Formats: sequence, structure tokens, C-alpha cells
Amino acid sequence: MKNCLKKIGCPSIEELKNSPAFPKKEDYLKGPIAVIECVEEIPCNPCETSCAKGAISVGKPITNLPYIDFEKCSGCGICVAACPGLAIYVKDYCYSEDEALITFPYEYLPLPKVGDTVAAAGRNGQEICQGKIVKVFQSKVGNKTVLISMVYSKQFFDEVVTMKRLKMNA
Amino acid sequence: MGRIIEHSILGSLEEKKMVKIYIDGRELLVYEGEMIAAALIANDVNIFRYTKHKHSPRGIYCGIGRCTDCVMVVDGIPNVRTCITPVKDGMIIERQHGVGKWGEKDD
Amino acid sequence: MPLVVIGAGPAGLSAAIEAAKAGVKVLVIDENSKPGGQLFKQIHKFFGSKEHKAGTRGFDIGTLLLEETKRLGIEVWLNAEVCGIDKNKNIWIVRSGKESVNIEAGAIVLASGATENAISFDGWTLPGVMSAGAAQTMINVHRVLPGKKIVMLGSGNVGVIVSYQLLQAGAEVMAIVEAAPALGGYGVHTAKVCRAGVPFYTSHTISRAIGKSSVEAVETVQLDKTWKPVPGTEKLLDADTICLATGLTPLVELAWTAGCKFCYIPELGGHIPIHDAYMETTIEKVFVAGDISGVEEASTAMEEGQLAGINAAAALGYYDKEGKDRLSEVVWDKLDSLRCGAFGEKRKLAKERIIAAAKELVV
Repeated sequence: MKNCLKKIGCPSIEELKNSPAFPKKEDYLKGPIAVIECVEEIPCNPCETSCAKGAISVGKPITNLPYIDFEKCSGCGICVAACPGLAIYVKDYCYSEDEALITFPYEYLPLPKVGDTVAAAGRNGQEICQGKIVKVFQSKVGNKTVLISMVYSKQFFDEVVTMKRLKMNA
Repeated sequence: MGRIIEHSILGSLEEKKMVKIYIDGRELLVYEGEMIAAALIANDVNIFRYTKHKHSPRGIYCGIGRCTDCVMVVDGIPNVRTCITPVKDGMIIERQHGVGKWGEKDD
Repeated sequence: MPLVVIGAGPAGLSAAIEAAKAGVKVLVIDENSKPGGQLFKQIHKFFGSKEHKAGTRGFDIGTLLLEETKRLGIEVWLNAEVCGIDKNKNIWIVRSGKESVNIEAGAIVLASGATENAISFDGWTLPGVMSAGAAQTMINVHRVLPGKKIVMLGSGNVGVIVSYQLLQAGAEVMAIVEAAPALGGYGVHTAKVCRAGVPFYTSHTISRAIGKSSVEAVETVQLDKTWKPVPGTEKLLDADTICLATGLTPLVELAWTAGCKFCYIPELGGHIPIHDAYMETTIEKVFVAGDISGVEEASTAMEEGQLAGINAAAALGYYDKEGKDRLSEVVWDKLDSLRCGAFGEKRKLAKERIIAAAKELVV
């Protein structure tokens, strides 16, 4: 859908394909890689400066869309917490035969616990399928942005980008 | 509407000294030094005054001391901007009607 | 007092710091009980590059500015309201609502920021209707929830960011309503909120706030291509709070009273004091920086503050022409890098019109 981003709020797959940091199907076959859903030219480059492998480039002017060299990307996830727009996640297509793994940024309470089953959600926040939490990670460098790793059915590989927020305990 | 005890970015709410204030006679325990408006809203009081002609209920609007929608009678003095005035132990706060009346307390 | 900076937000503090680094004695005045302007409410990470402190949360940038201010021994008066400035840079201040003070300033930097615009509709005076900034102040500064079910009017960065912060605070955002046919804020901000399940309604506005003594429901209506309400499209949303994020207007009263000349630039918020490339207004040694000189962002506010501070110091004799031009160029490079891309370009052109107006007056 054209102009999805400016009407619905989230980018459509067509709009995402314009981003040089949105992987093609074959890029996913090597293992976990970063995915940047950033399709507008805004002055911002922490993704570039955070990458230890030099896999992300923005260059000058810093409004350039980020580009990922998927050969260099190891899927380490440093950029996921570094992005101020929370627009990056890491996806691993090869996690297991039927399952994929996503590591996404999360800044809400309560946090899920490792082993929890949660609702894996799409770009609209709609529930897509179930997800299992395998890692909840916080580092000083992440500056309060928590990284959550969730396993979900490969069937929904492209649609899942996050999890539904958990209700606060009364 | 309640306090935010735990926050993903701001952390846990600090333990602070509590003081007693009175809103239209009702006693509340609130944090020392917090803004009157915040203390009231935390305790589900969100109507602060009634206007002169139509008696319309008013609450906070700008929250930073510019619009005067939040004014109440505080310790006898009307038209106090509650969003930028901190609470004190024993403070008496009343919903204001219209422009209020000057109380007997001297300044 | 050689330099008086009015406003202790990001622009004002940045100006004071630059001037103090050059050796100028600076006094910063702010009417609030705490310094930092809007910075301490910004709990999200800022954009930009490393030099713009990208990735740092707004309130941490505020802390850094305050530490630098303290380190340089800059005097700061809080709870001090500037009531007037005359053409000779005499400033009248009322401190803590009690003490009246007059200061003759050698130079002034006006950094009073901007104020939120109000939009009225039936029921807008009900408790529960507030500016987006008021909600942000309540949740991030006072740690109190102003409501549980919020409808946000306006999808610019303020509306979308405050919506996200309301979700973080534990509130539910029922909808973000936008009158224009397209959303205003950055795509990454809207995507964040969209992912949390918040629906956006473009070409819609709020027609009524409904409730007996506070907001209980919100009525929205669709707008046609001429932005007029389409009868019969009214819908009710369950809500107890309406936040208005409908734009900001520069707070320019002090510039008017000081005698500055103005231009009208709607894209930057309205009436703007004319200033040159060194942030100097049409009154000699009166400078502006930050939202007062056009509504942009905290990052541009800090850069403009630096520019004003450098040039105020130069005007007071602390830099020669070569020095001030060299330092100003460094800041201009950073400003130009922030005013790039689809969003920034508009602001860049608007700021150029202000500077062009200044050139015309000199001729």
C-alpha cells in the first residue's frame, strides 16, 4: 500500500523494500542479521557509529538512509539498542527448522520473563501468533532499552516485528 | 489517576517524606514538595474549580503555570496556580468558585 | 551585567556556556523553579549525530548542560520573571513574586522558547482536556497519570512522542487523530506507536468532548478534502483524557517589548524576531536562540544557543571578527546537517527567509 507510513503509521512492505537496510530473502539464509525499518531521510546515524563490524553505513549527509552490508553483519544486536527510533531488530531465519528468532527493542514494563509465552505482534500491533521468550537482555550501553529475543513460527517470518505489551499487574 | 511507581526509563519512584494536605476537608497523604495539582490528580481529584458565570468545572490545562486553569484557594488565598505550587504539611486546599474571596489569613 | 540570558532551557544554557567559555560574566534567568526548559521531560533518545549527542536521552542532556553551567560558575536565577526590557537593554525582573530588580545588560540572549497552541471544540474546557505538554509534565516530571484512556489530537512529533510516553507510563492511547491527510511526525516515531496497537485517523478531528464534570467520551468527525467536517461521520471513542498536540508558537513578548522587528513565518510557528546569521536581532546586542526564533527541535536549539553565545561574546569584545566567524562556521555546519532531508529542508528554507529579512533591513 502506498503512503501506508503516513496514513496508518507503519511502513508497508513496498515502502520497506525502498530501504537499503531491508534484507532480501537470500540475505536471511546466512544466519541472524539486522533489519532496519527506516525509510525517511532524517538526520540520524547512531546505527552506523554503533556497529562494531562496520556493516552499517549512513555517510554524509547523515540524512542518508542506512545501508547494511549483510555479508559483514553478524547479527550481534548492538545496533538494535543504539537506534533512537527503535527501528532496528535482528531476525534469524535459520534458528531451527520450523522456528525463527527475533531480537527487538522494548521499553515498557512489565518485562516478560525467559520461558514466557507471549503474543507475537505485527507492525499494526495486531497479534500474529504465539512467541516464546528466550532472552531478556539489558546492558549499560543500551541505556534502558531492553533487548528481547523471541522464538516464533517461521510461517509468520516477515509479519512479526514485536510482541504485544503485557498488562501492568493491578 | 494514580502514581507511576515503576517506570521503564525513570526507574522506581523514590521513597519520600509524606505530608498531610486537605482538599475540601478531605485529608490526603502526599509527597512533600510535590506540586498541588500532581498530588490531587494522583488521588483522583481532577476538578479544581468552577467558573464564575456558568459554574463549569475546570482542571489542569497547560500544566506549567501559564494558563491559570488550575487555580484553587490555598490556605485562604485564591487564584493560586496549583500546577507550579508545592504542597506544605497541613495545607488547606479548596475548590475555587469564580474568582474566589480573600481569606482572613494575612500574607 | 555583561550578558543576561533569559531562559534556562537547552538554547539558553548553551548560549551561557559558550559565552562563559569565552570569559564573559553571564547571568541566566528563568521563571520556573527548575532549569532545563522542556529537556527534563524528554525521556526518549535524541536523533542526530555523535556531536549532537544522538542516542542520549533528553533528560541526560539536560543534566550535562547543568553540570557544565555549574562548572563554569554561571549564575542562575530561578523563580525570576522578566517583566520588561527597554531599548537600552535595561531588564526589569521580579524575583520569587516579591522582589523587584533592575539590571542593565551589556548584551541579551532571549531564549524563552515556545508555548503550545490550543484548539477549541465543544466541551474542550472539561477537566481531562489538556495540552500534550501538560500530560508529559505530569507523567515524566511529577510521575502521576493524568488519565487512563487518552485520545491524542495531532500527529506531529510532539503528539506521537507523548503518546509513546503515555504508553510507557501505563496509560492506554485510544487513538491519534490528525486533521491533515497525512501524519506529521517522523515515520519511526509513528511506527513505534503503531506497533503498540494505537490506531491513527488522518483527515479526522475532534468535534466534541463529552462528559458531565470531566471527559467521558470523545466524538471524532471525518474531514473532507477542504478540511471541513463531513456530517454523518461522527464516531464516539471511550476516553477520559484528550491531549492537544496542535503546534507551538514562539514566546516573543520580550522581543516585542525590547523593540525588535518581526517577520511572519507560519512554518516556524508565527511571528519571529528577525535575526541575522549570527542570531542578532534588529536591536544591537540582543540575540535570540531556540524556539523563540522558530519552532524546531532541542538539537537545533542547542546549536543556535551556541551561535548566540559566541556572537554575544564577540559583540562584547571577547572574540575578534576572525575568531567569531571561525567558531560560527563550525556551528553552522552542525545546524545545516540537522536541517536536511524532507523534514529539515522546510525549516532550512524558512530560517533562510528570516536571515534574508535581516539583510534587507541593513540595506
